[in-house]
Amino acid sequence: MSDFKLVWKNLMRRKLRTFLMLFATLIAFAIFGVLSAFNNAFSGDQAAAIDRLVVVNKINFTQPLPVSYPARIKQIEGVKQLSYANWFGGYYPEPKNQLVVFAVDHTTYLDVYDDAITVDAATRKNFMTDKTSAIVGRAMADKFGWKVGDRVPMNSNIFSQKSGARVWDLTIAGIFDKKKENQDTNFMFFRYDYFDETRSFGKDTIGWMMLNLTSSSLADKVAKQIDETFANSPYETQTDTEKAFNKAFVAQFGNIALIVTLVVGAAFITILMIVGNTMAMAVRERTREIGVMKSLGFPGARILKMVLGESLLLAALGGLLGLGLATLAIGGMKQAAGNFVPGLAMTGDIMVFGIALIVALGVLTGIVPAMSAMRMSIISALGRT
Amino acid sequence: MSDTLIRLAHVEKSFVKGKEKISIFEHLDMTIPRGDFVAIMGPSGSGKTTLLNMLGGIDTPTAGEISFDGQRIDQYNERQLSKWRSDHVGFIFQFYNLMPMLNAAQNVELPLLLKPLSASQRKQNVAAALEVVSLADRAKHYPREMSGGQQQRVAIARAIVSDPQLLLCDEPTGDLDRTVADEILAMLQLLNKELGKTIVMVTHDPAAARYAKRTLHLDKGKFVEREELAA
Ligand SMILES: Nc1ncnc2c1ncn2[C@@H]1O[C@H](COP(=O)(O)OP(=O)(O)OP(=O)(O)O)[C@@H](O)[C@H]1O
Ligand SMILES: [Mg+2]
Repeated sequence: MSDFKLVWKNLMRRKLRTFLMLFATLIAFAIFGVLSAFNNAFSGDQAAAIDRLVVVNKINFTQPLPVSYPARIKQIEGVKQLSYANWFGGYYPEPKNQLVVFAVDHTTYLDVYDDAITVDAATRKNFMTDKTSAIVGRAMADKFGWKVGDRVPMNSNIFSQKSGARVWDLTIAGIFDKKKENQDTNFMFFRYDYFDETRSFGKDTIGWMMLNLTSSSLADKVAKQIDETFANSPYETQTDTEKAFNKAFVAQFGNIALIVTLVVGAAFITILMIVGNTMAMAVRERTREIGVMKSLGFPGARILKMVLGESLLLAALGGLLGLGLATLAIGGMKQAAGNFVPGLAMTGDIMVFGIALIVALGVLTGIVPAMSAMRMSIISALGRT
Repeated sequence: MSDTLIRLAHVEKSFVKGKEKISIFEHLDMTIPRGDFVAIMGPSGSGKTTLLNMLGGIDTPTAGEISFDGQRIDQYNERQLSKWRSDHVGFIFQFYNLMPMLNAAQNVELPLLLKPLSASQRKQNVAAALEVVSLADRAKHYPREMSGGQQQRVAIARAIVSDPQLLLCDEPTGDLDRTVADEILAMLQLLNKELGKTIVMVTHDPAAARYAKRTLHLDKGKFVEREELAA
């Protein structure tokens, strides 16, 4: 028999009570894991380059901008490269399976994102020569088993062709890979010129522009100049860094970080009170036994360690099971919603923070009963017989 | 080695309850030779348990000296007392005080967790102690599965497993019927005679006291002269 076994036996002497505490802890940690993963994914700035600017319509980013704007912005000093894109609203093969698809200016897009994604020379050549071609991210290509030369009928839930069809037949020009660890590759893009001449409405408008600067220190100055250029026009612009843009995009969903903090905080305060109170009760019930242990010669410090060990063991069991459940749940959600929440994953950071929470929970719920057990006088614990 | 195991000199013990001071012992002297088996009798509230607790270092005198083997244990701090108890004292309580979630062998093993022994050495000692109390076949039984007499025998095994010199028993048969009580008392007598354990036993029962070598009567915080030799 070891101290650990003693601690274990103490924990398991009331199985139902221990199970309920474990369950509550497990749920709290599962909530923590899942929400933190969403929060991480929505923070979405991992892949964003610092010196890239995004220009959208001032009203909001779903409103269009004239296709004449790129040429004018290119004239502004400090702008190195510029490209533009339009949201396509793609789905394949059925409406519930929505995909991230952009129509992009094929002459500039690959250069602007040269720091983030990479394609081989053949792909680039196909993209330049074939108007109906598209380049697919590695993750998306793997998912559908697409290869170079495949023809993919891509549907849109927003646009239709002049012919009335809602399907664009695209030819896979090639596959792009990520250049940076956090870059998402679960999206595809095809040529804007093809998109613009075939669509039934919205001609000569674009969704947004993205541009690289000659120096990142110019970001504020250039952004201001762009927005001033189009001030008081029918299409005013809003220029931000890509990071800020992603944040604004997420802000649609509300302040996720705050919600996560509040929900997780509430769950933990509840757990802290339930488990803390139950541990105190469990130790109080054992007062006499603690007195006996001490009379046998167990020093107070060792009793303290055992009680603390018990609350830490409980927190570790519940917490690790909870984090495990969160990992499974996130895996499942990634299958279901991965397209729109790229980067949804149980990261090392979340795990480390989770383990820190486990230790904190274990110590906080155990420390008061452990201290009182350590200090308990033997004669009063044994009662007067 | 002197023949005196325990010596109490001018021991004073009082409790403060609110503003009142309750004095239990004002001036107590006592000598217990090595290998003694002494029964302490006396009316309820006369201080028998308090005395036993002081002998075992789980209570401390307000003033005076308590020596064990020439060492002043009244001057020990908590840590030293814990260590001293695990080396020299075994307690046997009226209500056995076994751990309900541990089986007999595990209960007996408990004091050995404080010793630098290997698992197999602990196992050996536990088996030997259970043998002494004739409970080898009950090693895997839990307290709730045993009778009071059996539980008290497990408690005795736990008290002797680390081979202490002193056994302190507070009404060890107070909760048992005559036959079982006699069994337990005979066992204590055996531990005293065969293994040389020094035993101090508090009891209300004159029949129990007869198993001891001598009996001390405590009344109003003093020993009164009514010593009689063991039967
Ligand atoms: N912690 C305490 N605080 C105040 N008074 C106490 C305390 N412990 C014991 N006493 C008092 O000391 C006296 C002796 O108590 P003790 O338990 O030693 O008696 P006892 O001889 O063992 O009695 P019994 O035969 O009923 O077990 C009693 O009057 C009791 O009320
Ligand atoms: Mg008593």
